[in-house]
Amino acid sequence: MNKTSLSKRFFASPYMIWAAIFIIVPLIFVVYYSLTDASGAFSLEYIKDIGRYRDIMLNSIWLGFIATIISLVISYPLAYIMARSTTNVQRTMMMLVMLPMWMNLLIRTYSLMILLQDTGIINTALGFLHLPPLKMINTDGAVVLGMVYNYIPYMILPLYSIMAKLDHGLIEAAEDLGANKLSVLSKIILPLSLPGIASGFTMVFVPSVSTFYISKKLGGNTVSLIGDIIEMQFKSSNNYNLGAALSLVLMVMIIICMAVMNRFTSDEDDGGVLI
Amino acid sequence: MKKVIFALVCSFIVCACVLNCSAYEHEEYYKGAKKGEVLNVFNWGEYISDSYEDGMLDVNKEFEKLTGIKVNYVTFESNEDMYAKIKNGGASYDIIVPSDYMIERMIDENLLQKFDVKSLPNYHYIDEKYRGMYFDENDEYCVPYNVGMVGLIYNTKVVTETPDSWKIMWDEKYAGKILMIDNPRDAFAIPQKILGYSFNSTDEKELSDVAQMLIDQKPLLQGYVMDEVYNKMESGEAAMVPYYVGDFITMHDVNPDLAFVYPKEGVNIFVDAMCIPECAQNVSAAMKYINFMLDPEIGLCNAWYIGYASPNTGVVNNPDYADYAENKLLYPDEDSMPDVEYFHNLPQETLERFASLWNDIKVAGSSNTHIYVGFSVVGVCFAAYVVYSYIKKKKREYWYDFPNT
Repeated sequence: MNKTSLSKRFFASPYMIWAAIFIIVPLIFVVYYSLTDASGAFSLEYIKDIGRYRDIMLNSIWLGFIATIISLVISYPLAYIMARSTTNVQRTMMMLVMLPMWMNLLIRTYSLMILLQDTGIINTALGFLHLPPLKMINTDGAVVLGMVYNYIPYMILPLYSIMAKLDHGLIEAAEDLGANKLSVLSKIILPLSLPGIASGFTMVFVPSVSTFYISKKLGGNTVSLIGDIIEMQFKSSNNYNLGAALSLVLMVMIIICMAVMNRFTSDEDDGGVLI
Repeated sequence: MKKVIFALVCSFIVCACVLNCSAYEHEEYYKGAKKGEVLNVFNWGEYISDSYEDGMLDVNKEFEKLTGIKVNYVTFESNEDMYAKIKNGGASYDIIVPSDYMIERMIDENLLQKFDVKSLPNYHYIDEKYRGMYFDENDEYCVPYNVGMVGLIYNTKVVTETPDSWKIMWDEKYAGKILMIDNPRDAFAIPQKILGYSFNSTDEKELSDVAQMLIDQKPLLQGYVMDEVYNKMESGEAAMVPYYVGDFITMHDVNPDLAFVYPKEGVNIFVDAMCIPECAQNVSAAMKYINFMLDPEIGLCNAWYIGYASPNTGVVNNPDYADYAENKLLYPDEDSMPDVEYFHNLPQETLERFASLWNDIKVAGSSNTHIYVGFSVVGVCFAAYVVYSYIKKKKREYWYDFPNT
């Protein structure tokens, strides 16, 4: 008994050390900076100052939420179809999902910018067809598109892995007992795939809310998200305390959102939730 | 006779070759580097000649060849970015190239070190005008690298009038086509001149007025940019931007529709200078590098490539540089000289005020009514679902328990 727990501890130690250095210690720094002022004395000044950033924070959460819902709507049927296809088709589709991720996020976003801008490829093509140009870049829509485009694989992968494990016998049994397609979906597939939805939701929502590069390039730096403001505090304003305070509040808000989400998914289903 | 001519020709060729080979002055100054010496240079983006195309030189490669010192070259986008990095000691650099007001601030905060500026063999090339500047009166901390002014770059295809005022940047006709410069000092400078204030005003109300003008301008903007300005202006994506005159000359080569004007309200003039920060590891190599940058040959390549005005008399008087030297935008004479003002360092309070107002400007304008509506719709749906599932659960429990009751 003692031996197993020792060996367990031994094998867990690399990650424990990793987590301590790169997760716990930075978190302590964030908390420390957010509760002190420039001279290092204790102060709640920056936390109190957060009210000024309420709108932009809500805006970030809202855009992140929309992006997550869009990713979910696109990914869900795809993941189901993928899981039901032959191995070869599955492999090809998986490849197509993963392919964009081999490129760097910055490059993908930059190329979206070239596609969407007023003198970009889409508007030039419209010009050839004598159609009026579309205003696409520097809008909320462009920012959401950027989030969906960059983070959708993180939604597809967990959904797909859940769907692939889904017991087909249950669906057949439901159909044998006279359930129509809709009730099979709502009574069998949806409840069983809730853990996948939950983890996909987290993996898209969290990076979307805190992104800064996407909004900078596709929002023209005028559609600011909270990530932009935080980046600015560290990069040019040299105000680590405000930056840390904003990050801390953002983290707390994300945790609240995730807790609500957890409640939502584990409501009826007692199966394991992946977050 | 033929032999004499042949000998003459030969000696001429040899002379030319020798002259050509010793391209750099005071080569002995660069000798004596230890093996494996490294020099860390922190400079603005697009601020050095970096290729051998069109008869230019890759300056860093040439320096490495000449001295055997390896150059690590890193770039920054604004004085404030550079300052934050140096101040927090995140990295150590041997050479940095801040602008005037930032040099004043860094000297004030003991972030720069003195070095023997006058001992540089090429220092005599620096124009008298640019010695003893207000930020370094005794020439102890820095050597000027480039001089420039900020003006309005515009695309004549979109802006058909000839602007003479900064006010055009608030003209709704050009909504969505206007770019603003993405650093607080340069962005504030424009409303400051429209309102007739000094760049170096510390008055609270004046600063608030200026910030309000920038907030009003925000809905008309396509974005805030720094180095990205090249793509946006060259492709015609944006129609106007306040930017540095040297960069206009570079952009104009690509897109001849662009034009430049110094607005009548007044513009910012700046000097960027090479300094050695307190954290420098290799001061002797840094001095060699600074001297190398002052070499007329290297200075000429840089002046061609960057397009900024040079404080180096060895460059300005070079006949090959005549095209640029005669350009009235770069080197204005008395008649064409706009109304100019330098940035100065500001007291800590004002700097904090600047940063806070700049945050306000960046945050402003995220419209929020639709977000509140959206969140309440989501909230209502969620609440309805919770109530619905609760009722369903109760019902089910009732039916499951039915036979027992």
